[in-house]
Amino acid sequence: MAGNTTYHYKNPVVRWFDSRLPLVSLVRAQLYDFPTPKNLNYFWTFGGIAAICLVVQLVSGIVLAMHYTPHVDMAFNSVEHIMRDVNYGWFLRYLHANGASFFFIAVYIHIFRGLYYGSYKAPREILWMLGVLILLAMMATAFMGYVLPWGQMSFWGATVITNLFSAIPIVGGTIVEWLWGGFAVGNPTLNRFFSLHYLLPFVIFALVVLHVWALHVPGNNNPTGVEVKSAKDTVPFHPYYTIKDLFAIIVFMIFFLGFVFYAPNMLGHPDNYTPANPLVTPAHIVPEWYFLPFYAILRAIPDKLGGVIAMFASIGVLFILPWLDTSKVRSATFRPLYKQFFWILLLVCVGLTYLGGKPPEGGYVIAARILTAYYFLHFLVILPLLGLFETPKPLPASISESVLKGGSGKPAAAAAQAEKR
Amino acid sequence: MATSDMSEPTRRDFLYIATGAVGVVGTAAAVWPFVDQMNPDASVQALASIEVNLDAIEEGSAITVLWRGKPVFIRHRTGKEIEEARAVPMDELRDPLAENANLPAGSPATDENRAEKPEWLVMVGVCTHLGCVPLGQQGDFGGWFCPCHGSHYDTAGRIRKGPAPRNLDVPEYTFLSDTTIRVG
Amino acid sequence: MKNLALNTARFVAAGILAVSLSAGAALASEGAAVESQSWTFTGPFGTFDRAQLQRGYKVYKEVCANCHSMKLVKFRNLADPGGPGFTEEQVKVLAAEYEVTDGPNDDGDMFERPAKPYDAFVSPFANDNAARASNGGALPPDFSVIAKARPNGPNYIYALLTGYEEEPPAGVELRDGMNYNHAFTGNQIAMAPPLSEEIVEYTDGSPMTVDQYAHDVVSFLMWAAEPKLEERKRMGLQITIFLLAFAGLLYFTKQKLWSDVDH
Repeated sequence: MAGNTTYHYKNPVVRWFDSRLPLVSLVRAQLYDFPTPKNLNYFWTFGGIAAICLVVQLVSGIVLAMHYTPHVDMAFNSVEHIMRDVNYGWFLRYLHANGASFFFIAVYIHIFRGLYYGSYKAPREILWMLGVLILLAMMATAFMGYVLPWGQMSFWGATVITNLFSAIPIVGGTIVEWLWGGFAVGNPTLNRFFSLHYLLPFVIFALVVLHVWALHVPGNNNPTGVEVKSAKDTVPFHPYYTIKDLFAIIVFMIFFLGFVFYAPNMLGHPDNYTPANPLVTPAHIVPEWYFLPFYAILRAIPDKLGGVIAMFASIGVLFILPWLDTSKVRSATFRPLYKQFFWILLLVCVGLTYLGGKPPEGGYVIAARILTAYYFLHFLVILPLLGLFETPKPLPASISESVLKGGSGKPAAAAAQAEKR
Repeated sequence: MATSDMSEPTRRDFLYIATGAVGVVGTAAAVWPFVDQMNPDASVQALASIEVNLDAIEEGSAITVLWRGKPVFIRHRTGKEIEEARAVPMDELRDPLAENANLPAGSPATDENRAEKPEWLVMVGVCTHLGCVPLGQQGDFGGWFCPCHGSHYDTAGRIRKGPAPRNLDVPEYTFLSDTTIRVG
Repeated sequence: MKNLALNTARFVAAGILAVSLSAGAALASEGAAVESQSWTFTGPFGTFDRAQLQRGYKVYKEVCANCHSMKLVKFRNLADPGGPGFTEEQVKVLAAEYEVTDGPNDDGDMFERPAKPYDAFVSPFANDNAARASNGGALPPDFSVIAKARPNGPNYIYALLTGYEEEPPAGVELRDGMNYNHAFTGNQIAMAPPLSEEIVEYTDGSPMTVDQYAHDVVSFLMWAAEPKLEERKRMGLQITIFLLAFAGLLYFTKQKLWSDVDH
């Protein structure tokens, strides 16, 4: 990134080091002085919040692995050993278990922010696609992590999800046995899931580095969707956004730690406090809440292979989203129709989450089918057509102009500010 | 940066310093659980003492028991071994301290200070050099010999020759009866 | 600014809706609704009542432990802070009431010795198959984390313990060896009513009723499942206060910092 530095350092050691490896310049250019649009709202803090969640998961996960035993006879008890005997073990484990949920909360808000403000559009397609890859890697990591305590939900969740691959024609059965390392979920499965659960977060970390790199080439999108025109439109990242992000991170932490300390098992499932039993399936197998919309889509299709394809397609469609949205305007602030469809999509996703937790019977299935159909309709039909028929509102000439004249969807406040001066 | 706030620099500086200080305190506190989790946990602490029956140990023989993951030698010494140990002049000792956890620090390394009851010598069987387990009744002094780097201990487990810096440690122990001791 | 706040509110509301819906869905999909009891350990400041835990241990020991193991709890835990508050000396005595198998000794034989504080609670049966064989084929579940392993655990267990009816409602045919319990899924439970008036002797003057026994033993089971509950809530309070203060400071720092930027 920062090859030939334009910085000059007074400290001779720093100067010596930086001329050989411009690490100091890299940090200064990308984290301190990086020009950032000055009109970012609090939804833009969720990228940083998600990054902090990743760090929390990595650090707590590494220390939990120091006490955990990946063996079917000992896994459940070693988790209880962490909860009962290890110093602060209960805290580390609850932090890690709830951390997964809050990582997904942060990432889902981050994704919907991107959808609302058109952050996936040119020239940020690679940035967006890397984000989708991060989501996929997170889902794989979270799924395998949930298997490790080897409770009933761990075991049966693993059984159900790995069996998805049996839907593949001809080779499905072979693939599932390869995944299991046996004829059912067992010790080889647990061992490899532990190995991969430890590996994947570092893959996520690498993807996040690429994600940030891809962000720093075009720079941030902003609530107006209008590109930065001059230095007047930006502020240096530090201290303006470091402090703002830190404030948001701490507020997020209050909610996150509120769950860790006061409702640590609310987002989990009681059945996972019963050791895995291959002979008895729990009455209702439900995945963790963050998988529920995908689970609803899976069950909405009455065909095994079709359900699996639909589920993966629901994420795959995000991958090609930059080319499905034909509108020239980024931000929903200036797209009156898209704005309405955005909120409908959000409600549909909430609805799918709700339905994913319901038994697959009667009205629930019909509702799930309607919502699933709408989900794909939104991306595959509405978005391409909307760009052709929608008349966007006039865009501000620049970020500065929108701030001063109140074009970015906050006229009242901006006007009040203007009066003050 | 700004000129508009120059009128109240102290208030502004105080706010920044206070925020920074609270941040540093919070970070330090947040690190502690991640450090403390590596310390011995409650189940390890709970096994920190063991009881050993001495009934079956003949004079001139020894047993090795596992205590806190380390070998503990319990030797039923012969009269000759005790005599030899007591005959050693104090100025010949490499380590003049008793290294006995049951006695105040700084007690001299007399044989009486090494073994509460002369016939029972209880020591952690870990060479004070680099942690190998010495072999019994070997070496130049008829006590213990560490094969790793050639440290020689006498019949009271005191270092006499070789690279080890200290006498073999005597762990905390108490006689619960004439034939039972509790180590730890 | 107004619009932003509105949007924020909408976003937050949607997020809360999502979480509550899914949590509600998870709860609603399991078991019948049970009546909530009053417990000392609920709420952000809830703690255990030491005397109640000691009574609960007695009920567990004299009644439940005849069939139900508690393999993850150690005798030493009975003296841990935040627990029943037995002294270490009392724990030694309580442990020594049981025999555990240890060994092999120098001759290669296993032997029995009195339990020590570091031993786990002694299971009533040698293994699961022996437990099934003695209980008409039904396995009495381990009680170590039972209060967390059932939806709405403490209230459910209380409802189960007090939910027995001598006669099943008209039209219900009880299977052989089954008992009628209105709190149990399917209403037919293999376990006979475990509690009855004055089945356990209390020495502290607490009423020796089924209701009191059930409250006491459920509190004990909750402690066994969540022994660090008090430490957790104490730490939670400290950290919440700290974070609120820090967030306040950061907010004012941020406001000051941004005061010279039009945004």
